[in-house]
Amino acid sequence: MATLSTPTFDNSLLKDILPDRKITWLERVLGPENYRIIKGLLKTPASITGFILIGGFILIAVFAPFIIPPVGSDPFKIPRDGFSGEPQPMGTEWNKNVPDLPFWYTPLTGKTEWVHLLGTAQGQYDIFYGIIWGTRTAFRTGLMVVISTFLIGIIVGSISSFYGGMTDNIIMRIVDIFMTIPFIMMALIMAAVLTPVLGRSLLPATLALIAFGWMGYARIIRGDILSIKERDYTLAARVVGVRDSRILFRHILPNAIFPTLVLASLGIGDVVLSFAALSFLGIGTEIGYADWGQVLSFARNWITSLNIYWYIVVWPGLTLVLFVMGWNLVGDALRDVLDPRMRGKT
Amino acid sequence: MINYIIRRLLLIPVLLFGVTMIIFGMLQLLGPVERSALYVKDFPKNENQIAGIIKKYGFDQPFYVQYWVWLTGKIDPGTGERHGGIVYGDFGYSRTGSQPVIDMIKDRFPNTLDLALWTVVPMLSVGIWMGVQAAVHQNGAIDQGARIFSIIGTSFPTFVFGLLMLMFFYAGLGWFMPGKMSDWVNQLIYSGEFTQYTYLLSIDALLNGRLDVFWDAMRHMIMPILTLSYITWATFVRVTRSSMLETLRMDYVTTARAKGVKESDVISKHAQPNAMIPVITLAGFSVVLLLGGVVITETVFNYPGIGQAAATAAQQLDVVTVLGFAIFNGFVLICANLIVDVMYAFIDPRVRLA
Repeated sequence: MATLSTPTFDNSLLKDILPDRKITWLERVLGPENYRIIKGLLKTPASITGFILIGGFILIAVFAPFIIPPVGSDPFKIPRDGFSGEPQPMGTEWNKNVPDLPFWYTPLTGKTEWVHLLGTAQGQYDIFYGIIWGTRTAFRTGLMVVISTFLIGIIVGSISSFYGGMTDNIIMRIVDIFMTIPFIMMALIMAAVLTPVLGRSLLPATLALIAFGWMGYARIIRGDILSIKERDYTLAARVVGVRDSRILFRHILPNAIFPTLVLASLGIGDVVLSFAALSFLGIGTEIGYADWGQVLSFARNWITSLNIYWYIVVWPGLTLVLFVMGWNLVGDALRDVLDPRMRGKT
Repeated sequence: MINYIIRRLLLIPVLLFGVTMIIFGMLQLLGPVERSALYVKDFPKNENQIAGIIKKYGFDQPFYVQYWVWLTGKIDPGTGERHGGIVYGDFGYSRTGSQPVIDMIKDRFPNTLDLALWTVVPMLSVGIWMGVQAAVHQNGAIDQGARIFSIIGTSFPTFVFGLLMLMFFYAGLGWFMPGKMSDWVNQLIYSGEFTQYTYLLSIDALLNGRLDVFWDAMRHMIMPILTLSYITWATFVRVTRSSMLETLRMDYVTTARAKGVKESDVISKHAQPNAMIPVITLAGFSVVLLLGGVVITETVFNYPGIGQAAATAAQQLDVVTVLGFAIFNGFVLICANLIVDVMYAFIDPRVRLA
């Protein structure tokens, strides 16, 4: 009778078959699937450009007080140089509510007094200040909306897919209904209803973006959970008698969450775009708040002479375009990585 | 096929119920006093009178009762007249439009339809053509160009693009203008010499044989048309390109090539028809969105469609008007979606069998 040999744990033979491949610490932490996503994102020149753009905006947001120090108690109020309606061109002297001189100003511009670097908008709001501090507003609203929609999406999607059957059917039909109505109309209603209650602030537009922004994430996480639910390790956990909630939170979610997480974080670009659009329509923040859409909305009163006052459109517009483009470039690479038809090609 | 249509038709009441429920639910964020203030012109200061109004309009009733009254209206016991009821088209009185909301919709919707009609042509033809070219010349100069073009297109916010258009073509060159029509066209319409057959200005101009009116309408519409086209082209290029690439890799395309079919025929007759299926979905979706009123574009160009009216109302916190437009919008979208789905089932047999 043949004796059963004990395994030797000697993998030296495998080395001839498998290529010698170093596993980095990042891959160990994330696992091979998720590591592939991160690697794919850092590969093309387009996505690297995207990361550089995003990084630049993060730096601007973090160092905003050093780029242009706030005037008055609320840094998000754009300082006004007078009350005249007509926009002033770039390089006009700054007379009232002048901020302190930051360290870079004199060496770079050779001037010892603040001027309106990018001109002023209607009501003498400084455009440069609005763009710099608007970056903080953009990240604030973007993060707030993305984190909330992500959490709602995860909760709805997991409940729906984990319990399946009738629950799944009903929840998914509700998702369908939410998707039927165009988001912007709903945002208009919410702003009109909430503004008298909450006052003009970031809140009505943010709440509208949250209430009608979670459906996509719920659908994606649902699909991923449905596939992970069928894996052997989930079945094994069930056989051992693990509680439902523990299976969901410890076994399924950690393995299913990553693609949705990446997708959600790249959603910041879209959120900021929608928020700026709402602000532009005049249903976001109060007038004079440092917010790109708000600064752009001043241009609406000057469309007959935009060729003279081009700076009230071009500078805030360019900022918004570059910001959104940064996220889109990375998002484009992500779409390629997540596309199952592309698997094995990166 | 008939089964499929019936199944889709049965879904309409469910969707309508859901949509109205969400919209009405949002109204509940307001307290009874604020809600009664929406419907009463001279709102009294006296607390007893306010309580009387709340009682009269039933704002103290449970949620489902209020929803039912909101849907079907309430019959006055004295006169037998029906008050309110969105099913009967009574969306209330618009403060910003100084007319009943339903009349406002009747005024505005033809304009939105007019714009949508003229946007569809360049949107579809150019978008699909570019996508096909990008796929056929994969990784070539055209493909790279199309990629850059679409990245820029998706990154441009509608209103920034619109403002730039206004800067160049209106303020700078003076070729095109915002709004709907010039003053003399407006006077012409009021004079009665201009028959309004369809209420779509461009079509009516052609039917009346007035090319000058048509040209005027076009000069007002060309900027919104270009703006809407440009932002949708990006998506069309992407979808057409990837679908076309996938089709070109299929065995039957290789077979056609092996048989010696001309390359141009392989592309236009063999690959393109099958590659168009996802594009048709996207096209349907885009047309539906155009019909819903394009809020931002209409607002930037001051074009008097339903989107612009809704935005103006929201800005002035005219809840009644915004609600009316949103319900109408939801209704149009649901119907248009149904039509698109049915057309889609005609084109792709796999859909109706699923």
